[in-house]
Amino acid sequence: MTVVSSTTDPGATRRVDRPRKIRVMTFDDWMSLGGSLLSSLALVDIVYEHLLDGSGTVGFLVVWYLTFLTIYGIVVAMSNPRTLVVDRLVTSALYAAAGLVIFALGTTVVYTFAKGIHAVAHVNFFTKTMAGVSPTAPLNQGGIFHAIVGTFVEVGIAIAVSVPLGIGTAVYMAEVGGRFSRLVRTVVEAMTALPEILAGLFVYVTLIVEFGLPKSGIAASAAMSVTMVPIIARAAEVALRVVPGGLREASLALGASRWRTVRKVVLPSARAGLATATILGVARGVGETAVVLITSGASSFLTVNPVGSEMNSLPLYIFTSVKTGEPIAISRAFGAASVLLTIVLLLFVITRILAREKAVRR
Amino acid sequence: MTSATATAPPPPPSAPVRPPLPPRRLYPGLEPSDRAFHGVARSVGMFVLVMTGSIGLFLGYQSIPTLRHYGLHFFTETQWNPELNKLGIAAVLVGTVEVALVAMTVAFPLALMFAVFITDYAPRRIKGWLVSAIDLMAAVPSIIYGLWGFFILQPHAINLARWLSQHLGFIPIFHVDTDPNAAVWQQSRYTSSAFIAGLAVSMMAIPLACAVMRAVFDQAPIGEREAALALGATRWGVVKSVVLPFGKGGIIGGTMLALGRALGETAAVLIIISPAYVIKPRILEAGTQTTSALIAGDFGEASKSQLSALLTAGFVLFLITIIVNTIAAIVIGRSRSGAATEI
Repeated sequence: MTVVSSTTDPGATRRVDRPRKIRVMTFDDWMSLGGSLLSSLALVDIVYEHLLDGSGTVGFLVVWYLTFLTIYGIVVAMSNPRTLVVDRLVTSALYAAAGLVIFALGTTVVYTFAKGIHAVAHVNFFTKTMAGVSPTAPLNQGGIFHAIVGTFVEVGIAIAVSVPLGIGTAVYMAEVGGRFSRLVRTVVEAMTALPEILAGLFVYVTLIVEFGLPKSGIAASAAMSVTMVPIIARAAEVALRVVPGGLREASLALGASRWRTVRKVVLPSARAGLATATILGVARGVGETAVVLITSGASSFLTVNPVGSEMNSLPLYIFTSVKTGEPIAISRAFGAASVLLTIVLLLFVITRILAREKAVRR
Repeated sequence: MTSATATAPPPPPSAPVRPPLPPRRLYPGLEPSDRAFHGVARSVGMFVLVMTGSIGLFLGYQSIPTLRHYGLHFFTETQWNPELNKLGIAAVLVGTVEVALVAMTVAFPLALMFAVFITDYAPRRIKGWLVSAIDLMAAVPSIIYGLWGFFILQPHAINLARWLSQHLGFIPIFHVDTDPNAAVWQQSRYTSSAFIAGLAVSMMAIPLACAVMRAVFDQAPIGEREAALALGATRWGVVKSVVLPFGKGGIIGGTMLALGRALGETAAVLIIISPAYVIKPRILEAGTQTTSALIAGDFGEASKSQLSALLTAGFVLFLITIIVNTIAAIVIGRSRSGAATEI
């Protein structure tokens, strides 16, 4: 630490206020880090593999990491006070935790695509259905066209129902308010965590058992809407709340009515946030498995009509195929999972772009 | 308003005579168009309230016949055997809690550390990417985590499970009813367990908890951070003395939120576990059952009375998740963060 003594400095006006550097790694730091990594690797390689009877990559990595922490702590302690030793050790633990989470996410995405490539490589996978095709048939027969169509139909209906309801509720909670809105908010917040299986069970018992509706796409859409509305409403309310109050007041002060204020000022300002809320809800709906498992029924043929007959969808197709245990069916399931993951990734990228636009506009 | 006019003092007699102005009405009421707007918005809110609220009431109402028929035995019976008229959710509830606890034991430290890493340790360039990664992790469908858990995680996790039962088998929860030290060990005794299902569920719990924690940590007052740094704190010192105390509400709330999700998770659990209706503390051993997996697995061939029993199980799950979530919402709401933005 270099301290500039201010009293004796003649050029006091030129004195620069240098902030303390907290993220800087000196040569010494790098060396102790690298040295500890290497020495712990060498030590563990000898002891774990050859002296002790250890085996397995996971075990090796765990033992290596623990040894590294010990050695690194000792090395840092040789030339630094205790607080710095703790800081260094915590830093390496945090890096390891972050790496582990990213690694788990990465393997999920990469592995799904890697296993899905066998099925996705066939064009018929996207254009044909499984009607009349045995689950054990080779991959150049049949496909998941029916499941893709089913997902789009079901989610489309669910969007048409839940976006107006969700955003309307958000407008009510954020812009209209009143005593009653607090109750609505409490219930909506509690319902964002409703296990999807319960929404499915609710729709199954009411629509299918009581009203005699067949298992169909519309039943799945209804159940999806039940889970999507609270998610959209909650996220949209947050988006409406961050619209600066000054904008609202300016509009009202200019004589605009409340409805005009909401329509011309609040909703446009929150557009990006509302789109994000919608996409959040859609991403949830697309991936819902328990709901479609209970309400829609797994058809093997193409259905466009959401009322009246069973309708397959991507999550349901994945689930039923995996449960058969047939290697070919599992391969198809991974193909369908890649398609599903691609849809989710696309929605996700759109959300990011919208969010970035918002940040730029600010 | 009217009381204000009534109590206004009379003008002093010496002053020039000026009739007192009636106070301006501050809230002149709404125009008809606005009244219509409020009405529509309120009815949308009402509708959503009725739609979502009716689920709870409906489940509660439907579970009355079951509770009347089985009484308290419904909560103490472990078997789920409709043919013998023996139904109970004791084993299922224990399984649900076990899976959720395993998930949270893994997810809590990882989510907390990742959140701290994002806000205080990550190089600024990659911070945005890490936030995106967490959001993406939350968006990945649970069925895909199920595939991941079953096909990638399980082959590795059974080794860990065996290691745990070898060295910590004297603790009941890590015990497995087989010889862990056998040269040819029975791998199938370690698969499809609550442990592995919990690991897969933790992948869904981490992003939820982490997102809440990160949002709260980000709002830790910059002045307090800088004050700690100015006093010579290391980065960990700042985290320990400013960020974590500030974010306590977010830590608890985020964890509860994730716990609520873990309790209700269906698809991933259904893929991984093999059903077993016994109360067992041995989380590493094959076979367990959770409430949501029970509902998803049994609704198809259920008769009217069994459906009512499933609805009762669902109602119990509903109550648990709602309680957990309401506590989470209250804790997050009470923390120091979350004020509105104003210009």
